Amino acid sequence: MDLKEKLVSSFLAFENNIDVDSPVHDIRSEAIKAFENSGFPSKKEEAWKYTSLNSVLKHDYSVFPKQENALDYKDIKKYFLHDIDTYKIVFIDGKYSSHLSQTTHDGIDVCLMSSALVKPKYKAVIDNYFNKIAPKDSLTSLNTAFSNEGAYIHIPKNKLVEKPIQIIHFATGNEAALMLQPRNLIVVDENSHVQIIERHQSLTDNPVLTNSVTEIYADKRSIVDYYKIQNDNKNASLIDSTFVDQKDQTNCFVHTFSFGGKLIRNNLNFYQNGEHMDSTMKGITIIGEKQHVDHNTLVHHIEPNCESHQDYKGIFSDSSTGVFNGKVVVDKLAQKTNAFQSNNNILLSDKASINTKPQLEIFADDVKCSHGCTIGQLDESALFYMKQRGIPEKEARALLMFAFSNNVLSSVKIPELKQRITKLIATKLGVNIGFDL
Amino acid sequence: MLQIKDLHASVEDKSILRGINLEVKAGEVHAIMGPNGSGKSTLASVIAGKEEYEVEKGEILLNGEDLEDLAAEDRAHKGIFLSFQYPVEIPGVSVTNFIKTAINSTRKAKGLADMPAKDMLKMIREKSEMLEIDRKFLSRSLNVGFSGGEKKRNEIFQMAMLEPKLAILDETDSGLDIDALRIVANGVNKLKSKDNAVVLITHYQRLLDYIKPDFVHVLYNGRIVKSGGPELAHELEEKGYDWIKEEVDA
Repeated sequence: MDLKEKLVSSFLAFENNIDVDSPVHDIRSEAIKAFENSGFPSKKEEAWKYTSLNSVLKHDYSVFPKQENALDYKDIKKYFLHDIDTYKIVFIDGKYSSHLSQTTHDGIDVCLMSSALVKPKYKAVIDNYFNKIAPKDSLTSLNTAFSNEGAYIHIPKNKLVEKPIQIIHFATGNEAALMLQPRNLIVVDENSHVQIIERHQSLTDNPVLTNSVTEIYADKRSIVDYYKIQNDNKNASLIDSTFVDQKDQTNCFVHTFSFGGKLIRNNLNFYQNGEHMDSTMKGITIIGEKQHVDHNTLVHHIEPNCESHQDYKGIFSDSSTGVFNGKVVVDKLAQKTNAFQSNNNILLSDKASINTKPQLEIFADDVKCSHGCTIGQLDESALFYMKQRGIPEKEARALLMFAFSNNVLSSVKIPELKQRITKLIATKLGVNIGFDL
Repeated sequence: MLQIKDLHASVEDKSILRGINLEVKAGEVHAIMGPNGSGKSTLASVIAGKEEYEVEKGEILLNGEDLEDLAAEDRAHKGIFLSFQYPVEIPGVSVTNFIKTAINSTRKAKGLADMPAKDMLKMIREKSEMLEIDRKFLSRSLNVGFSGGEKKRNEIFQMAMLEPKLAILDETDSGLDIDALRIVANGVNKLKSKDNAVVLITHYQRLLDYIKPDFVHVLYNGRIVKSGGPELAHELEEKGYDWIKEEVDA
């Protein structure tokens, strides 16, 4: 039985186990039909031309882990941002771990999707927002069909959430192969501000496939600052679909740091439903071996006077492959749009490759849209300059790569996180930089 | 200190240096002048160990040691410093962090521990004051958005920090206004001692009014075609290079 059949046949058992009377039941039932009709995407589809899922779909994944697993904090502490106070929503093999989490209902709701979906207290928010911007493509539908667990974050109006929120998914490796489908809902009301860090971490080399969907709703004048750390083990793959709905005068940032994993596909979509707002998406990808990272972005400028900024840097070594497909749509109404997109890549090996494709669809006439992509090697004259000052080749290369990624790193607003990512990059590049950049 | 014997070098099969002979002793200042395209910057790059240049013949000795097999960083560790005509920009790495990394890399190569932070700060303060460099400047990204003058002053600042045995200043005077030129020259003069040597590469006499050379050499078509004392620089300033070209080509 292939994975599609297995998922479709598992659905009934899954659905009967949870609340069949809730309105979400209908949403799930429709979603499984949509998935059943379309199946997994193939390279024949334009959006998947450069990314094949074949190698990750071949495993016999457990869709529901047989047992609940526990982890000791001391063993996994390093995956947390632990030097500052944060809220934490932690899952182990898809199950919520209250032991490792620190949630709250004190003025804001930082808790679990599974309880938000069933408790009356959250019904209004679920009715208004759940699955409202997630589209009906096959992978999102698949996630919707099995949506039950994940992070539920609701920040009522006029709240500045001082502690960042960490969402971490661990895979223990107790299953030979595991499929996870977390579903996050983040609703930020007027004038509020929240920072979120998301991470998926497999603890062994057993295959893991995560098909994650996150919906983010940013109401007027709110600020959402979201960081994705993708530094997983070599047999862990991630399909991350994130949808951001922005209203007037909002600022939303998504930073994606892709340093590890077998295959990563990021579908990042911004919908600008209002005026005078700014959407920023930035990323650093540093991969090697046979790793593959695909950034598929969309900004939909719907109304006038808005901006969007995209800045993705990639460094590819060995036989690694990258994809950047950045789509910007400017509707006829969306005059005075400023949309910027840039994708710069360094190939460190003859076998590494990147497919980069800007896609601009502009229907308004008074707009500024720019895009640029570069593919190159490290600057030899800069390398010589540093070596002339006594800095050895390896460190000089690393410094240049830091310099190359700096535009993205410099806009990380949590200093401890910035430091952590700097260290991750240094480790990835195999150097010990004697200072914090 | 530096001995260059019959040096021939090429880049991408194009021969640029065609038999250079030069000896620079400790405590001396040499000026290398010459028209555009004569090979001045190539000579500087070859001494510093830029890999694109191929040494076809001859040798470069530093205190008797052949540099041929040494990489650029190893030559730097042995005390060779090149002030670049076009210093590169490195966003995200501050002037201070860059120089710390450079100093500690050199110390590491010599088997020494990192310089204690206190000593480093003291040295940075002294040298930046000497070159009239603003504190704020030191925390900016290396050469990013620097004016031509700031870049050159930063080069001399790094030279002051690294205390090289042999400093080669490639067109350090270009892009400097008269005040900056005076500050930079002042710095170089203060760093000069009986134990180190300076090679100035320049088009113009101007810099030599501030840093007095012991010897002046004219480079033309990849060869040193004339050597003399400081008076040669004045003669070049007055008469240009044409008479030299005529002499050589005749």
